[in-house]
Amino acid sequence: MRRLKAWFDRTGWSDLIIGLPYLWLVLFFLLPFLIVVAMSVATKTPTAPPFSFGGEHPWINLGGYARIFGDALYIRAFLISVGNAATATFFCLLIGYPMALALTRVSKSWRNILLMLVILPFWTSFLLRVYAWMGLMGRSSWFNTGLTDLWNWIVPIDWAVKSLPMMHSNFAVVLVMVYTYLPFMILPLYASLERLDPTLDEAALDLGSRPWQVFLDVTLPQSIPGIIAGGLLVFIPAAGELVIPSLVGDAAAPMIGRVISDEFSSARDWPMASAVAVALLALMVVPTMLYSHYQARSEGTK
Amino acid sequence: MTRRPTFLLTMLGFGFAFFYVPILSMIVYSFNASRLATVWGGFSTKWYTALWSNTQVIDALMLSLKIALVSATAATILGTMAGIAIVRMGKFRGRTLFSGLVTAPLIMPEVITGVSSLIFFLLLAQWIGWPTQRGFTTITLAHITFSMVFVTTIVQARLLQFDRAIEEAAMDLGSRPWQVLFDITLPVISPAIMSGWLLAFTISLDDVVITSFTTGPGSTTLPLLIWSKVKLGVTPDINALATLMVVAVGLGVIVAGIIMNRAEARRLADERLAYRTNG
Repeated sequence: MRRLKAWFDRTGWSDLIIGLPYLWLVLFFLLPFLIVVAMSVATKTPTAPPFSFGGEHPWINLGGYARIFGDALYIRAFLISVGNAATATFFCLLIGYPMALALTRVSKSWRNILLMLVILPFWTSFLLRVYAWMGLMGRSSWFNTGLTDLWNWIVPIDWAVKSLPMMHSNFAVVLVMVYTYLPFMILPLYASLERLDPTLDEAALDLGSRPWQVFLDVTLPQSIPGIIAGGLLVFIPAAGELVIPSLVGDAAAPMIGRVISDEFSSARDWPMASAVAVALLALMVVPTMLYSHYQARSEGTK
Repeated sequence: MTRRPTFLLTMLGFGFAFFYVPILSMIVYSFNASRLATVWGGFSTKWYTALWSNTQVIDALMLSLKIALVSATAATILGTMAGIAIVRMGKFRGRTLFSGLVTAPLIMPEVITGVSSLIFFLLLAQWIGWPTQRGFTTITLAHITFSMVFVTTIVQARLLQFDRAIEEAAMDLGSRPWQVLFDITLPVISPAIMSGWLLAFTISLDDVVITSFTTGPGSTTLPLLIWSKVKLGVTPDINALATLMVVAVGLGVIVAGIIMNRAEARRLADERLAYRTNG
């Protein structure tokens, strides 16, 4: 392989193969990102473009960051984002874990078909998957009326409602997040559960463990890397989500993605939008590093 | 385990119901005669015929397909190069930054990618006078950037499990390096490149957030059109459009899956045959 690489080096092909994607990402990803970081310490002005460094303004203006910590709007948006994303992650785990475990227990030919069925919704339009739930949650839909009847039948008569207020709430946001991100939880869980040695289960059963003890003492501890990987694959995109809260969320309780978009488009406050964006990224650095740590570890044990 | 895992299979059933009931409900209601999208008013296919004459939808679909074709192809070329660079080029200057750059877009929230791309294009227009207006070009550039890293991830994974002895053998048997690249390396990783292209294509076709920031007047992609309509509520014509899209993508994925499975099986059989005749 040395010779192949040496030939690439000699002919300059390697410069092209490395250089072209490198240049592209620096120009269209790194540079715009650095501009946003710089923008976060600029000052908003009524000019076009609406920002300025220096002149009558301070070169570095930390006002945007001060507002994030001082203004209840931003703190609340961050808390709602983290809360919704964490709740969605929890329910994805609750639903996804038994599904992933069941996938390891079915026959090989069934398994491929079922895995395909897990991945298939992921290929269909994200927007349309959100839209499908809008149809179900609306006041007059069969789903809502059915649940309303069920609710009215269970609860005391005083609590009876005409229809359940599902749309435009944090409940709707979490439900749709669980729906759209569930494959992200199932697939890494399945990958880590599939690697487990079934003879360990049998050994524990033979030695007199109850099935739930086998699960708690043998299966669960070994699948923790999969749980963490799946959890972060759900949590990270969910916390920065924009489409779901815009369509089914409560406009009075915006998530952070919505705040960034509104600051930028409606308020035309580029520096503030950038400061919130940088703060959101800072919030995601820790989970991301955790993810790559566990990813590296689970690949090491393969 | 001889016991049937009844609880687990029940959960699996519920899980698949959760996955597919909303989509099936949407498909059923696309045949609803009533204008009220959620109240059943008899069977009808009128929303489908109405869709055919809706030029707005057709134009948006055409633009989306054009952007997805161009951006997926460019993203596949750039992404494959990046994958080869990371796995095969050993240590080069700036490798750490490069591997950071091919993973960062994967986890960057879309809204931040969107805002930063728009600020970048607006400032670029101010500084060098280009792009004079946003539309096809800016959307395509943004799509290439965030979908190429998905191609890289897939190609990288395939290259890491590549048996390099095959390349070595070809070199020893006197192949020129470019022959090794075009006759061995690229054909072997071609299923990965194909899935990369397919993924880049669907990502581009599906994107709302980044497109909404990089688009300009007159450039409405299909997701943007759906987005603007869906914000106003659920309507039967969107149900019909959604059904067509879901069915098209579902069939496409199944057919692509079958083709790729066959190709993979044939490749494995060829490999086994090669080992047997040599051994």
